[in-house]
Amino acid sequence: MADFDQELDASGLNCPLPILRAKKTLNGMESGKVLHIIATDPGSVKDFEAFAKQTGNELMESKEVGGKFEFLIKKG
Amino acid sequence: MSDMKKLAIIATKGSLDWAYPPFILASTASALGYDTEIFFTFYGLQLLKKNLDLEVTPLGNPGMPMPMGMDKWFPVMGLTLPGMQGMMTSMMKKKMASKGVASLPELRDLCQEAEVRLVACQMTVDLFEMNTAEFIDGVEYAGAAAFFEFAGESDICLYI
Repeated sequence: MADFDQELDASGLNCPLPILRAKKTLNGMESGKVLHIIATDPGSVKDFEAFAKQTGNELMESKEVGGKFEFLIKKG
Repeated sequence: MSDMKKLAIIATKGSLDWAYPPFILASTASALGYDTEIFFTFYGLQLLKKNLDLEVTPLGNPGMPMPMGMDKWFPVMGLTLPGMQGMMTSMMKKKMASKGVASLPELRDLCQEAEVRLVACQMTVDLFEMNTAEFIDGVEYAGAAAFFEFAGESDICLYI
């Protein structure tokens, strides 16, 4: 997985908390910085795709690692 | 800000389960950049109380999943027994916590942080003689015409 600037562990949280936490964390980051998110909610895969599309942040990577879902989002 | 999408929600229900959709959708919409307003009317006004004492009822709700196959051996009459609603409520809360579902106060706080406008129906407040001191801070009071001012410009409008 590529480099990232900040990390958010949303493990154990269910919809819509991973998205809300991610949004809050991104709010405190500068444009171009990358956030690494770890989640266990299977719904978060589609949700982070949709979140990125609608907010102008770039979903650089989305993958499953050992039952967890990991995302890299670059702040737009 | 006029190019922001808008979401208008009418929240009419005052039970633990039905309190979730308005707050989940409003907080998520805000995170996606929507300008969001929830208009609370009738039983939905319960969702504005500082002390959220909401319950869930299995009565009149054949779609409610019951723990331990209770729906099989508990006839409908059994669900009317005193204490049954409290028991179902506490089971539901435990289930939600164990699945990482946010609590209602948490979701409502997130809505307020995201500047979702929470509007109470003045008519219902008067009708039920509700004590507005019991409501959280930041609630606005208005009527149907004010709702349409926002909803008429909305991209999505939901009645819950």
